[in-house]
Amino acid sequence: MVVLKLPYLATAAVSGALFGAGLYVSQMVDPLKVLRFLDFTAIPSGGWDPSLAFVIVPAIVVMFIAVRIGKGRATPLFDTAFHEPEYKRIDGRLVGGAALFGIGWGMSGICPGPAISLIAFLPENLWIFLVALFVGSYAGSAIVPSGHARRLADAR
Amino acid sequence: MESFSPLSAAIGGSLIGLAAAVLWLGNGRIAGISGIFGQLLPPAQTVIWRLVFLVVLVAATFVAAKLLPGLGVGGNVPAKLVDAPPAWGVPSPIWLAIAGLLVGVGTKIGNGCTSGHGVCGLARLSLRSLVAVLVFFGVAIVTVTVTGIV
Repeated sequence: MVVLKLPYLATAAVSGALFGAGLYVSQMVDPLKVLRFLDFTAIPSGGWDPSLAFVIVPAIVVMFIAVRIGKGRATPLFDTAFHEPEYKRIDGRLVGGAALFGIGWGMSGICPGPAISLIAFLPENLWIFLVALFVGSYAGSAIVPSGHARRLADAR
Repeated sequence: MESFSPLSAAIGGSLIGLAAAVLWLGNGRIAGISGIFGQLLPPAQTVIWRLVFLVVLVAATFVAAKLLPGLGVGGNVPAKLVDAPPAWGVPSPIWLAIAGLLVGVGTKIGNGCTSGHGVCGLARLSLRSLVAVLVFFGVAIVTVTVTGIV
């Protein structure tokens, strides 16, 4: 099932290229711009920056169309199946995880996409955030059991 | 509102949506960065495409910045990280380390971030992702208010 054909890797590369360009053009790579969206206290004074909403809505619309197209197909172009997320349940881990992420995001203005994208600029202290992100992610693996079968069994 | 940039936001957002669309229709994979980043080590079996995706993502950011300089908040490009709020008395490196840990643990436990739940999950009409998005946006907005970081 490990697909390493050239078209498969080329697709990953094209997607990564579009993603990186999109993060720069939208300026979501800039933590201050993200924080200026999250700062709702600036709404009364007119200092609020709603740009993030203008990024995520078109992104969702484009992806929504792709999901519709995908529903008419048995498989993606270069793999044998669509990899639907395994978890289906809304539980404490989902809410707790999202809450912890929200705290970290609000403290820094950096979510995982921009964290990687920022490597292009190597701003001061970025490596600290990246190491912590990596450590946190793999520490989280200890809480969320890894392995396809265990996760599936756990989700039901 | 001086920094509001709806046109570049919409163009960039469309590119991000297109990135997700290409990965889904081509390889049947969700373009969730925390998931791609968080499965680079064993026992993940499909590491190479994830590495290709992430390396090209960084390269594309770099190239886009060279081709289109001067975008951004008051020309704040290349983007800087934001310093810790002075009132809290926590040095910025420690503040960022805590933030990074929380983003890493939280996206792993919650199975997704802004791209996986936010873009892909909502586009798939996943109720699970909607809950996650409402929680992390809500908590982030409260966090920004409480910390006074902006």
